[in-house]
Amino acid sequence: MSETQTPVLTKKDYESDQAVRWCPGCGDYAILSQTQKTVPSFGRKKEDIVFVSGIGCSSRFPYYMNTYGFHSIHGRAPAIASGVKISNPDLAVFVVTGDGDGLSIGGNHFMHALRRNMDINIMMFNNRIYGLTKGQYSPTSEVGKVTKATPYGSIDIPLNPPSLALGAQSTFVARTIDRWQKHLSAMMERSYQHDGGSFLEIYQNCNIFNDGAFEEYTGKEKLDNVIELENGKPMLFARETKGIKLEGSKAIVVNMDDHSAEDLLVHDETDLDMAHIIANWTSNPQLPEPIGVIYCVDRPTYNQDMVDQINSAKEKKGKGSVQGLLNAGDTWVVD
Amino acid sequence: MGKTFKTIDEAVIRFAGDSGDGMQLTGGRFTDTTAIVGNDLSTLPDFPAEIRAPAGSLAGVSAFQIKFSSKDIHTPGDKPDVLVAMNPAALKVHQKELIPGGTMIVNLDAFTKKNLAFAGYDSNPMEDGSLDDYFTVIPIEMNKMVTAACADLDLSPKLVGRTKNFFALGVLFYMYDRPMEATELWLKKKFAGKDAIIKANSIAMKTGYNYAHTTELFTTRFKVEKASLPPGKYRNINGNYATSLGLLAASEKSKLNIFLGSYPITPASDILHTLSSWKHFGVQTFQAEDEIAGVTSAIGAAYTGSLSVTTTSGPGIALKGEALGLAIITELPLVVINVQRGGPSTGLPTKTEQSDLNQALYGRNGEAPMPVIAAATPGDCFYAAYEACRIAVKYMTPVMLLTDGYLANGSEPWMIPNMDELEPIDVKFAKKPNADGDYLPYLRDKKTLSRPWAIPGTKGLEHRVGGIEKAENTGHVSYDPENHHRMTLLRQEKVDKVQNEIAPTEVYGEKSGDLLILSWGGTFGASRSAAETLQEEGFKVSHIHVRWISPLPKDLGKLVKSYANVLVPEINLGQFLRLIRAEYLVDAKGLNLVRGRPIGAATIVEKVKETLG
Repeated sequence: MSETQTPVLTKKDYESDQAVRWCPGCGDYAILSQTQKTVPSFGRKKEDIVFVSGIGCSSRFPYYMNTYGFHSIHGRAPAIASGVKISNPDLAVFVVTGDGDGLSIGGNHFMHALRRNMDINIMMFNNRIYGLTKGQYSPTSEVGKVTKATPYGSIDIPLNPPSLALGAQSTFVARTIDRWQKHLSAMMERSYQHDGGSFLEIYQNCNIFNDGAFEEYTGKEKLDNVIELENGKPMLFARETKGIKLEGSKAIVVNMDDHSAEDLLVHDETDLDMAHIIANWTSNPQLPEPIGVIYCVDRPTYNQDMVDQINSAKEKKGKGSVQGLLNAGDTWVVD
Repeated sequence: MGKTFKTIDEAVIRFAGDSGDGMQLTGGRFTDTTAIVGNDLSTLPDFPAEIRAPAGSLAGVSAFQIKFSSKDIHTPGDKPDVLVAMNPAALKVHQKELIPGGTMIVNLDAFTKKNLAFAGYDSNPMEDGSLDDYFTVIPIEMNKMVTAACADLDLSPKLVGRTKNFFALGVLFYMYDRPMEATELWLKKKFAGKDAIIKANSIAMKTGYNYAHTTELFTTRFKVEKASLPPGKYRNINGNYATSLGLLAASEKSKLNIFLGSYPITPASDILHTLSSWKHFGVQTFQAEDEIAGVTSAIGAAYTGSLSVTTTSGPGIALKGEALGLAIITELPLVVINVQRGGPSTGLPTKTEQSDLNQALYGRNGEAPMPVIAAATPGDCFYAAYEACRIAVKYMTPVMLLTDGYLANGSEPWMIPNMDELEPIDVKFAKKPNADGDYLPYLRDKKTLSRPWAIPGTKGLEHRVGGIEKAENTGHVSYDPENHHRMTLLRQEKVDKVQNEIAPTEVYGEKSGDLLILSWGGTFGASRSAAETLQEEGFKVSHIHVRWISPLPKDLGKLVKSYANVLVPEINLGQFLRLIRAEYLVDAKGLNLVRGRPIGAATIVEKVKETLG
């Protein structure tokens, strides 16, 4: 990701000439705006950035970014982005996807892109609903969700995206919220700086089909319901009135009136066991929602390993001659 | 030892045995040696889908057929002159196909009670005389022979037993007067570091050779003279390897790196294997998580400026269908290779078929045309793959290359091409705005109707592509009805322009007559052989072979109307036939056999004679 010359670009440079067509009030606007604001800080040339998406509301995103962009087919963005990255590892590649696109039809590509540690940045807008197809439940919708497709309530258990990403061997897992503008920007920055595949889940409000899905993390009560993870810091939340400690492998909420910071779990982004525990808090109503970087470690990337293998093969065997290869093996001459 | 030499024009040999008996390997060695001797040849490997079906079972029989000749030949032959049967199951499956009076070389040691019962024999055909009236049966105790010959080697009986295929190979080398040196060199390379194995196989082969020389069971040896092929340097090649080489040649000529996105599938996987070994050519191979990721990763790489390829067989094409539409609407160059096999569904994974033509032409949602080229012979896979690449980047379009299991695994002598003589592939990436300071990603070249190829990293040409209908020129999202109609026509017209690339159709025989044999793909060989036979017999029969199926050659319509009858042999229920009838309104008839095997030349000859009364 090294650049010799840092172009000075602004948000405006990243706005395309296309009219944005999301519903008024959609959380996607905030994410787009924050992305256009944050990307210039990466110091990349505009032409070296590629946004790839699949299908769904969020997947219109590339049209609005004045970079290279590919609005592809449902679920396949991580695979297309993998091809882009392998073909030219110098590019900064972003995948914009949603909970349906990324986890339902595209679950396989999502999992394998992360497993390979392909150096692409996956931004998943999770609104826990299908928006573009007008309101069916998604793989992250809560059990009992009443939608057009589930008039009696859904009977599917939802996926927890960070747990899935960790299970898929992801080297960077983080979560943020559309309304937390500064945090969103900081998470995008961390995600971009991570040398490897990164997964950033963005809780995003669909004000048409699932309005208020994340109200408890964005409304008045949010401080009681959310814990902002900070590496190396004890797990404090609710204006530091509450903390989390481990009892065995179970996390429990304690009152800070009768506990000190030493009693608390200290966040370590590089600890995979801890990351799994933290990710699971999402499914436990007794615990606050973890927001921030859950896990971040370095591991060789697929794209760099491929470059290395090719270079080492060229070194060992010399650059191949096609005519030489054509002439190889058992040959004979007919006069 | 009064052995006589008899010179013959051609011979057909079939090696058959258990999957674990090494029949493909034995056939491969005989083939390479036969190539070096200078015969023309054609091979047909025929193996089961199961890696190891139960030993001795009918399902586990694996076979390899080779026809070799002092003349120019086009098929692996219909019925073998010699059958090598390594066990009762192999004999049971293949004996009915041997020509009457043919020779059977049988491993007697495998004819145990258990194996006989497993193969469904009530009595032992080696003892009951049931074969003797029809065939020359040469039973040999191959296991005992190799065990005795390798007695001094420090090898387990099991490993020694495995050399019996080389014993059989030695017998055949003697019968057809072939040298053993190339195989000895091959053994040294293949088993480098395993001296005992090299020695055992070498001893087994020589023991077979000497046994055939000494015993009185073989009274005649056969000589097949060198074939009079056009002058040049030759090698033996199979279709999948030729396809791989064709892609690599296109990579060098276009100065683009290959990106292969692929998911393993029979019978296409060997292309993935071969390209994976060519990293020093800068080839990038990506074994994807599924067929869809195979093609979509290739589309991503195409957007980024690679020579992008995806390889698969019929079921894989079905999964890739939606993504192929994406490549069509984004107008990105992509080579899609379908090594056809028996279908539908899993069908016959290791057997050949031509039943994916409709899928290639029509198997996508919407009006989604793409050029389709089909290889005619194993060696032609090289040129067809090269052409597919050339057209893909020139016209900015996905191109489908159809080969099949028969071409992929079959082999023939191949005149080695000279890289300098291949048609150039000039790729020019867009570097600058193309419309008064703006960049229009869908502004078309007037001649080819192709759009410019601006790859990420190019300053000032940032643009977005995608699967939603594009506005003409700008490439913006457009739902305008007139624009959609125009773009639909343009995409078709662009594919039609590829007609300008197709050489005038060659007619084998007269340009009019009583009957035209019209073939495509892997039925080339049988069709050409049939036409040769029929012409020799005085029939007014010609042969036309079609390589580009979408678009069809400009001159084909006029030609097919110049014959009283048109016969289209194909390994499907008439897919090309219906296309020809629809395009040209001719009353063509089909010869359709869907048995997972090539159609024999004799079958075509028979059908032609029946048609002409």
